[in-house]
Amino acid sequence: MSDIKAATLEYATRLGDDSVVLGHRISEWVSYGPFLEEDIAYGNVSLDYIGRARMFYTYAAELADDGRDEDDFAFMRNDREYRNLLLMEMPKGDFAYSQVRQLFADVYYTVLLPELLQSKDETLSAIAAKAIKETKYHLRRSRDWVLRLGDGTEESHKRTQKAVDQLWGYTHELFDMDETEQLLADEGIGVDVSKLRDAWFKMVSDILTEATLTVPEDSWAVRGGRTGYHTENLGHMLTEMQIVHRSHPGCKW
Amino acid sequence: MTPEEQNFMRKIENEEKIEPKDWMPEEYRKNLIRQISQHAHSEVIGMQPEGNWITRAPSLRRKAVLLSKVQDEAGHGLYLYSACETLGISRSEMIEQLQTGKAKYSSIFNYPTLTWADVGAIGWLVDGAAIVNQVSLQRTSYGPYSRGMIRICKEESFHQRQGYEAMLALAKGSPDQKAMAQDALNRFYWPALMMFGPHDSESAHSQKSMEWKIKRETNDDLRQKFVDQTVKQIEVLGLEHPDKNIKWNEERGHYDSSDLNWDEFWSVIAGNGHCNRQRIEHHVAAHDEGEWVRDAITAYNEKKRVKKAQNAA
Ligand SMILES: [Fe+2]
Ligand SMILES: [Fe+2]
Ligand SMILES: [Fe+2]
Repeated sequence: MSDIKAATLEYATRLGDDSVVLGHRISEWVSYGPFLEEDIAYGNVSLDYIGRARMFYTYAAELADDGRDEDDFAFMRNDREYRNLLLMEMPKGDFAYSQVRQLFADVYYTVLLPELLQSKDETLSAIAAKAIKETKYHLRRSRDWVLRLGDGTEESHKRTQKAVDQLWGYTHELFDMDETEQLLADEGIGVDVSKLRDAWFKMVSDILTEATLTVPEDSWAVRGGRTGYHTENLGHMLTEMQIVHRSHPGCKW
Repeated sequence: MTPEEQNFMRKIENEEKIEPKDWMPEEYRKNLIRQISQHAHSEVIGMQPEGNWITRAPSLRRKAVLLSKVQDEAGHGLYLYSACETLGISRSEMIEQLQTGKAKYSSIFNYPTLTWADVGAIGWLVDGAAIVNQVSLQRTSYGPYSRGMIRICKEESFHQRQGYEAMLALAKGSPDQKAMAQDALNRFYWPALMMFGPHDSESAHSQKSMEWKIKRETNDDLRQKFVDQTVKQIEVLGLEHPDKNIKWNEERGHYDSSDLNWDEFWSVIAGNGHCNRQRIEHHVAAHDEGEWVRDAITAYNEKKRVKKAQNAA
């Protein structure tokens, strides 16, 4: 396998991991939302992410060409092998926590996907084209929620500010590059995320400010998702997600 | 009969739909509210037993299918709540009735989902039984309910096919998978039959509902339809029929089957099934936890309104 092909395989896996983990977290809200319409909306967003995960993994499986399929990527890898960003794996928390995480992620994809659309790799570009439309809707929703929660009651404001403060330190690694991603960026295949931080910060601070929330100082950062150095949350999430699949090795569903 | 009553009965007899603004007997209205809200609550509570498996679905495809099914059920609930609101009751009143036990929901959702196969069994049998009932309700006399049923039935058929297909994958899979499918069938077959309600002779609301054409076919007739259609489906799966007394009756042109465990039926209805308390607790907990969120929306909208008014002034 060429270096570029190997890097692309790794890259598709990373993006698939981000999607499946976030999609799973959102799905935890189904039947727990504050009202029925919200259950439906959560279902929608979760479905979009599960759909993305399937596209990224299917591409990864094609590149790997070793007999694995999308489900082998999702269900047969351990937490130490997962390469998702830590932000995606944080537990669902309260409604404010989930919506703030969603806002951070949605703005991230809003700045990332148009770049990925330019990829020389046709498959990655095609996935980006589909995801861009979804993300437009996601961002409209999470932005609206953060505005309403931030500028709602005293309690909702407090909860939302707390979520912002607690999640802020996990956003820094969204813009980290390593050798693999640098190689792909140089080749016009991957996105140089280090260049996206300013645009992300601008958009997020504008929304937080409008929501009467305080933009945190950059005083701490936790990193490690892309190297498999996860929070304690991911192990539990994967245990649940993978239990049935792994209990019946080699079975079709 | 007053002229209003005469006009109402004439419409019923001529198969004309009753619409929200039309005059209707108070009992008719009450009866409908009871039935439609119960149906809506069933869709909503039904999200729980299936939602129980979303995070453990064994493949990404199945996870997506299940997510979108549960989402459809939420949509059905929403749609039916709106249909019911046309009769002069609010969604929050209905939710309160659900949470205080004044309103019921289908007892099938008081049975636990213990394995992945239960998700298949529910799609196949529970949505299947619901369809038999709802196809008949497409002809119900109340317009908004009838139209709701037509729309909802399309999605329920889709759910049933997907559920059956999931069962088929298990039944044709490994011995463990097949055993899981058989176990799910054994547990869900009987409660699915109970979904049609008690024998007509025992049913408190049946007669009046038939007269007003809210209900179009009797509980026992609908149940028989379901029994008949399921025999062949079980055969195709290669599973054993849970009813050892199932037997074709040439004379009736139907299958004969065992009588149901009606003690169990009434006990679950009375609130003492496996999951009754859990289901309501879950609903109450989510609703209560959502209160600060709903309050936030109200406060936010109020602030916007005041601001707008100030700007206009
Ligand atoms: Fe439904
Ligand atoms: Fe239904
Ligand atoms: Fe359904």
